[in-house]
Amino acid sequence: MPFLELRNIYKTYYIGDIDVPVLKGISMSVSQGELVALMGASGSGKSTLMNILGCLDRPTSGQYLLEGQEISRLSADQRAMLRNRRIGFVFQNFNLLPRTSALDNVMMPMSYNPEHLPERQARQKAEEMLGLLGLTDRISYEPSRLSGGQQQRVAIARALVNKPSILLADEPTGNLDSHTSEEILRLFGQLNQTQNITIIIVTHDANIAHHAERIIHIRDGIIDGEINPESVSAGAGGAE
Amino acid sequence: MKVYRTTSIALRALRRNPMRATLTTLGIVIGIAAVIVMMEIGSGASAAIRKSIASMGSNMIMIQPGTAASGGVSFGAGSVMTLTPQDCDAIIQQCPDVHAAAPAVTARTQVVYGNKNWVPFFVVGSTPDYLKIRNWTELDQGDMFTNRDVRNANKVCVIGQTLARELFEGASPVGKEIRIKNVSFKVVGVLSLKGANMMGMDQDDIIVAPWTAIKFRVSGTSLGNVNQSASSTSSTVNTLKNLYPSSQLNLYPVPSATQAADTPQPIRFVNVDVILAMSDSTENIPAAVKQINVLLRERHHLRPEEPDDFSVRDMTEMIKTFTTATSLMTNLLLAVALVSLIVGGVGIMNIMLVSVTERTREIGLRMSVGARARDILRQFLVEAVVLCLMGGALGITIGHGGALLVRYFKHWPVETSPAAIIAAVLVSVSVGIIFGFYPAWKASRLDPIEALRYE
Repeated sequence: MPFLELRNIYKTYYIGDIDVPVLKGISMSVSQGELVALMGASGSGKSTLMNILGCLDRPTSGQYLLEGQEISRLSADQRAMLRNRRIGFVFQNFNLLPRTSALDNVMMPMSYNPEHLPERQARQKAEEMLGLLGLTDRISYEPSRLSGGQQQRVAIARALVNKPSILLADEPTGNLDSHTSEEILRLFGQLNQTQNITIIIVTHDANIAHHAERIIHIRDGIIDGEINPESVSAGAGGAE
Repeated sequence: MKVYRTTSIALRALRRNPMRATLTTLGIVIGIAAVIVMMEIGSGASAAIRKSIASMGSNMIMIQPGTAASGGVSFGAGSVMTLTPQDCDAIIQQCPDVHAAAPAVTARTQVVYGNKNWVPFFVVGSTPDYLKIRNWTELDQGDMFTNRDVRNANKVCVIGQTLARELFEGASPVGKEIRIKNVSFKVVGVLSLKGANMMGMDQDDIIVAPWTAIKFRVSGTSLGNVNQSASSTSSTVNTLKNLYPSSQLNLYPVPSATQAADTPQPIRFVNVDVILAMSDSTENIPAAVKQINVLLRERHHLRPEEPDDFSVRDMTEMIKTFTTATSLMTNLLLAVALVSLIVGGVGIMNIMLVSVTERTREIGLRMSVGARARDILRQFLVEAVVLCLMGGALGITIGHGGALLVRYFKHWPVETSPAAIIAAVLVSVSVGIIFGFYPAWKASRLDPIEALRYE
């Protein structure tokens, strides 16, 4: 049984009387512990697909199975719970709470966890997570005093603090320079290796995509092709 | 735990913009401060008024004899003699809502000391409880006479300040003998100053003595009606009587013992002019009045169809007038304060709406990490309530301080009112909930995808 499976997903937006089909029958599956890149030009529907994968949105039709559970028909509250426990998000613009310390930013998702850890345990867990990402000495810093890379690492710590089984990264390096991007991507690789977390990175940058084990191309709402970069590593540029 | 965490999140969110939070709550602060000041000054004023009414005996109930009528001509209240001291005892014993009762007889006569004389406005014969009912237990000098003096018809009295001034001119009256209608009374006490009553009569122009002494030794007559037993007792006890020209004329020759035995006079009961009663509190007055009515009708053997031969009055009208005036004033001020609270609430709503718009991304983020709509709703609602509560606390402090300043500088009576403080807290919480709900609801209805993308 695959870890994550999409079966014939359609998504259509209705703007007034006009139907705008965005996803036109996407079927794919990802297994546990994979590092997948979703690639596509802007307007290809990759963000919509990402929202559906992240349980932020529901498909118009089709089935979405996460760890064998059909979730495309869950209620809003059930999906919120699912996002809290199983899914971690990393955004292009970090989305950290302003004027809030790194530690509090990381602790934030735990306050919506139904387990409700006591304050001290939650704090300890967040500190551990920041330590794992090499931010022990930046715990009490507010985002405005952190560099872009550090901010993104805080955001990753926040995504991981509830021990999700899948990490969704939407253009995680879009606002970072190439050196820091490299660093973040290596971090993703490490997390994927050591923690066995399934990671899906959405990007339009082929260089980034090549850090993944698998690249899925999307064009006009359908899967255009799938590449295993290791097999074609020599001709990476030719994949475009 | 959940509440604590939500509150701390709200506090953290508010701390991000302290200036705005302060300015937002200003409306609430002013509103609550106004409410507190009004309530404290208002309750101080009404307490002062209550006190002044109480000093006139607001819990007092007056029981007067009824009217006599002859051939269609009525003689007005008090023209029959139906009240007895026994009625008074029965009222004390059998009416649970009556706190105290005292019979009273009145007279109007001359008082003499040395070369001074005076006609006091009130010459009252009663029991020691009279002072309690009049709320006048404090004595300036000496003591009140006792129940034993009442039983023995002792010639002792306490006098009011005006009388003391007129007769003694600063010297201490205690222990001196004064003559009331030529009967010598020993002054045992001087009452404290009470001032004028509501009709402008000088309440200190008074002399209080045992009712037995006034009735049997001094007045002999009450209400202009001759009381035979009293008049005869008076003439036998007062040995000085014949020396003074003001002595009562005997129109008829005094009957000898044989004559008296041959023509028996109808023996009449001893009556009193009025019975004063007092209930425990203003609220219990109607109950007490009812009990007195029932008891006296029974004691006077009145059949159901017969009218009362007495009348019971209380100070209802007086109390009503004052409480209406003060409560009208307080309500008016409260209405003004309420308007400012509503204005403050609208301010809160406005800023919360701005805050929701400004923090759309944060809301989206919180939703993406698993906050449910109701978590968001709660967060913003708690934030509004916390904001209002802080405003309320500040308002209470300022209002209380303001009231204290008023007391300090203007010497107005001010009374701390815990009810007003509790009400202020409740009002600020409800303002927070009412005016915070719409923005919070709006926040909770945001679509996480849209919210995350919001710039």
